[in-house]
Amino acid sequence: MVVSASGKIDAMTAPAFESSLTDLIDKGRLKLVLDLGGVEYISSAGLRVILASAKALKGKNGKMLLAGPRGPVKEVFDISGFGSVFDIYGSVETAVKAEG
Amino acid sequence: MTLSPLTIKLSSSLDRLKDVMAFVETSAGQAGVPPEKISGLCLAVEEAFVNICSYALKGGRGEVALAGFPGTETFVLEIRDTGPEFNPLSVPEPDLTIPFEERPIGGLGVHFIRNFTDRVDWHRENNWNVLRLTVKIHDGKVSS
Repeated sequence: MVVSASGKIDAMTAPAFESSLTDLIDKGRLKLVLDLGGVEYISSAGLRVILASAKALKGKNGKMLLAGPRGPVKEVFDISGFGSVFDIYGSVETAVKAEG
Repeated sequence: MTLSPLTIKLSSSLDRLKDVMAFVETSAGQAGVPPEKISGLCLAVEEAFVNICSYALKGGRGEVALAGFPGTETFVLEIRDTGPEFNPLSVPEPDLTIPFEERPIGGLGVHFIRNFTDRVDWHRENNWNVLRLTVKIHDGKVSS
């Protein structure tokens, strides 16, 4: 399932982002492609949500792939070292293919 | 050219983050900081403000003051808080090779503060922590 996020993921919006992802996981959606193409800003609060969701999925034999981070968001991923923890794909299409 | 600093005072409450971001965007924009650097500065300021609200002055107990100092070469964003003495520069650089979940809390925020600005200075002044984030208005790094 492809989940698209957009706008700003900061300390104020991160809790709503987290509950959306938690809802999906609770409903049994265990293979997620998180489309970050529409995200213009993310801080460490947003990274923590992605990490927590990925850990929750791992515990249920699920998986989350990240797709299409742009500009400043890509830079945040690079500088955080997130790139070595997650599979990050250039586009949703390549992520979906990789998910199989 | 001398420009007077813009300032704003807020409570150390996370729901003021929007005002903090608006202040950074406006003051840095007026100073001529390019948009991609403003985005990085917003991130650095968010991380500093969130740390203050979440740890030092939890639940809006204290005061935070922001000031923007426009210059010809650089723009300085100063964040003051009335929390206990804390120098974010004392937080060691995170080891990015160890698993993310095992890294110490707060380390990533400080890592962003360092990496999305050109220079960071901290000092204690009376009962205030004073954190100064400098970005160059034009490309290149500021020498320390």
